[in-house]
Amino acid sequence: MTASPPSGAPSVTAGARSVTLRSGVYADSVRLMQVSRTVAALPGVTGVIVAMATPLNLELATNMGLAPEEAASPEQLLIGVAAEDDEALAAAVAAVETALAERERSTGSAEAIPQRTIGGGLAERTTDGPALAIVSVPGQYAVAEAADAIAAGRSVLVFSDGVPVEHEVALKRAAHDAGVLVMGPDCGTAIVSGVALGFANVVRPGPVGLVAASGTGAQQVSCLLDMAGVGVSHVLGVGGRDLSEAVGGLATLDALAALDADPATERVMVVSKPPAPSVAATVEAAAATLSVPVRSAVLSAETPDLTAAVEGLLRDMGLDVPVWPSRPGAAEAAAPGAVLKGLYSGGTLADETMLIAAPALGEIRSNTPLSPHLHLALDPSAQDQFAPGHVVIDFGDDALTVGRAHPMIDPTLRLEAIAAVAASDEPAVLLLDVVLGYGADPDPAGALVPALSAARDAAEHPLPVVIALVGTEGDPQGWSKQADALAAAGAAVFASNSAATRYALDLLGAAR
Amino acid sequence: MTLGGLLDGPPAIVAAGVDVFSDALRAQGADVHDVEWRPPHFGDPADLAVLALDRRRAAANRTAVERLLAAGSVLVDVRPAREVLDIGDRMLLHSGPPLLWENASGPMRGALIGACLFEGWASSVEDAEKILASGEVTLDPCHHHRTVGPMAGVTSPSMWMWCLEDPVSGGKAYCNLNEGLGKVLRMGAFNDEVQERLRWMRDVLGPVLSKAVRGSIDAGNDPIDVKGILAQMLQMGDEGHNRNRAGSLMALRELSPSIVAVDAPSSDIAAVLKFAGGNEHFFLNLGMPTAKLALDAARDVPGSTMLTVMSRNGTEFGIQTAGTGDRWFTGPAQTPVGLFLGDYGPEDANPDIGDSAIMETYGVGGFAMAAAPAIVRFVGGTVPDALATTERMYQLTLAENPAMAIPIMGFRGSPTGIDVLKVARTGWLPQINTGMAGRVAGTGQVGAGLVQPPQECFEQALAALAEAARTA
Repeated sequence: MTASPPSGAPSVTAGARSVTLRSGVYADSVRLMQVSRTVAALPGVTGVIVAMATPLNLELATNMGLAPEEAASPEQLLIGVAAEDDEALAAAVAAVETALAERERSTGSAEAIPQRTIGGGLAERTTDGPALAIVSVPGQYAVAEAADAIAAGRSVLVFSDGVPVEHEVALKRAAHDAGVLVMGPDCGTAIVSGVALGFANVVRPGPVGLVAASGTGAQQVSCLLDMAGVGVSHVLGVGGRDLSEAVGGLATLDALAALDADPATERVMVVSKPPAPSVAATVEAAAATLSVPVRSAVLSAETPDLTAAVEGLLRDMGLDVPVWPSRPGAAEAAAPGAVLKGLYSGGTLADETMLIAAPALGEIRSNTPLSPHLHLALDPSAQDQFAPGHVVIDFGDDALTVGRAHPMIDPTLRLEAIAAVAASDEPAVLLLDVVLGYGADPDPAGALVPALSAARDAAEHPLPVVIALVGTEGDPQGWSKQADALAAAGAAVFASNSAATRYALDLLGAAR
Repeated sequence: MTLGGLLDGPPAIVAAGVDVFSDALRAQGADVHDVEWRPPHFGDPADLAVLALDRRRAAANRTAVERLLAAGSVLVDVRPAREVLDIGDRMLLHSGPPLLWENASGPMRGALIGACLFEGWASSVEDAEKILASGEVTLDPCHHHRTVGPMAGVTSPSMWMWCLEDPVSGGKAYCNLNEGLGKVLRMGAFNDEVQERLRWMRDVLGPVLSKAVRGSIDAGNDPIDVKGILAQMLQMGDEGHNRNRAGSLMALRELSPSIVAVDAPSSDIAAVLKFAGGNEHFFLNLGMPTAKLALDAARDVPGSTMLTVMSRNGTEFGIQTAGTGDRWFTGPAQTPVGLFLGDYGPEDANPDIGDSAIMETYGVGGFAMAAAPAIVRFVGGTVPDALATTERMYQLTLAENPAMAIPIMGFRGSPTGIDVLKVARTGWLPQINTGMAGRVAGTGQVGAGLVQPPQECFEQALAALAEAARTA
């Protein structure tokens, strides 16, 4: 151990230094640089070099005023430390020893880095067998994830909305070429081989396959089939825009072909809101070529009734039409001059209601009206007022779900609307849908019952409440449990939305 | 239409985005894997969509990757640059994208000055600076001449070049001879010591290596399989960019017998062996043109989004892709983060410099960090960090190179073929290991560390690829 002043090293001023050479020690250059760095950070240390005494390192040491006095060979470890005073020097030299003696803790295997794309996620799978991609990313980015799935030969459910229609068309064409299906965009309901995806119900397995451009429409039909003891093979969503002119039914056609080829499917039902006329014709023509019978539950002014379509299907199968479950509730009359106030979470159910009610009631205004001139601009913040006359509102419409969850999850806006109806002067019949199943509120009746009771108490006129309760006994919420709770609060409850609508029309008709 | 077996049984689920469904699916006992999706780090959504939907892309990338993986590399000769490169009379090649003298950083200037002195175009530093500033000496990227160069990469007509060939495509690539460590031209030093060494390399090293290489081939031996050495060194703790020790020794082993057989004074033979044997980065100048051969084979594949070049000139970082030809996409070179030699610190480091990022472009170097865990300790990381880095790079790349197997990853092939679209979608940038030059010309190497390209390069490349897809 030497501590001596440097020879001709102008970079160093006062202080203490220590320069040693050690033999029989070897450490990797990186390790040594780490040691140097650690010690250089100690208080009072003005210079440190811990390195094998190669010519290069000796030159560096000389520049730092830490060259050894005796000859050094590259097999030796050079330890040079300069510090402000002896105390700091001693601490630094000790730190060098400690750092050199440290062993890195033995390490386990690589931390798994989670995949960040659908492509990566699919590629990582080690097992074969059916696989499905689900894409819920913001709409403008959904195309890359969905394209990954199609490129990997997998079908994809696109829950995202706001997907440009050009992306949808390109994806569906690519999917067709690859022999897979794009369920969506804006598809929130599917049942594939018994797995419920999104807002879907627990439905018994059976021989009927559904192709659905509508979520709640699919839910209504599949629940009625379950209640009839028939059940479904698969519910394939195709996205709300598939039957538009721009998309031309691309996914619907492929879904029909797939169900045709599926051994578990003996008959098919197509469920949709009103489609573009040309596309409806295309689908009908394709359906006619299949080996399985296809029945339409495509809503129109002429065929406004999903339940009737299910009943037709049951008759096709040679089955009796069951009495659809219901509860009478308080069974009260409406006040004279009462109007219809429909508050819906399911867009297709709202449409069905308007299509059934329009011939009887005339003009029904809505945020999703049957005709543009009936459009109702909504102000969700105007809580005390409710639009006058016959009104049906779809609370699941995009405009009302900005910054909040879907009404099947978050009932806030509907509950406020119920209060507003009660607070207004107009006599009314309140008609609501309540949709059960996966993804929905675990206890819709729990929030509704107090709101309904309060509304009926507060209303100036009698306020009959009619509820279309779409669900099954097998759902997490349980159909009967929910129905009983709602009926106890005075509501008339129906498993069929068209039955609920007709009951509401009866009340209104009797009140004219 | 059977939808790929979708309806045959309960499907396994891979999900991206808000996991609204995943909990309900797990409650049903479904097999669900949520990927960690996040919005793309850059790129116009319309551009990303165009590329995602480009029907050419999958096949084009497959073609580019196959050509890259198939390429070989053998050492066929050692010749002066003026004989084998299309290098003008008063031209100097340099690393990275095109560069103007007035924008050159310290080490690049030092190397250019040093090369002018070496070639005898100037007899003083001031004169050298004059002819460089006036344009009397023209500058061009090495990459424009099938050449690569480490650090400043300055290549002049009298320098001897490793001449490599890809037996599969017949392509050629070149790189000058590595000077060793310390004060060297490629780090921007240009003093007498540097000049003397350069002259010795021109008068002794180059000719001896040339006779050795040609002598062996002329005697009927197969040329040295340089790709084979690169593959082996990954299994010996090297990664091919910042750590080349095993590779350098293997190259020395291959060359020694033919060096000894050269008809030259034994003192020269001894000096050549000592020089090569004492330089742990001797192999770097063979590894880099090996990577260059493979990436050149993958050039000009319309619709491909794979990188063919990553390179820096000390001022800018530049990339090229297989789908955009010879276009450079550039951004400011970043300063590496790492450990320093001796007294040096972060303020002494020059921005990123060198064609050696071609190694990462090929899938080794920083991409094979798991093969050389020591490298990650440059930034105080641990061995798992090295493994994690390589794992991340798999998500940026199109393929795994079975020829470049990484033992600790179960001999999995290194992540190869950087995809611009994957860089945008994952938010990760390629990871490079590199030496650091001192920012003041003449300093030499000040440390080593980790660095990434600037995002701008990839933003520009993405936009250009989307434009090309639209007009395809």
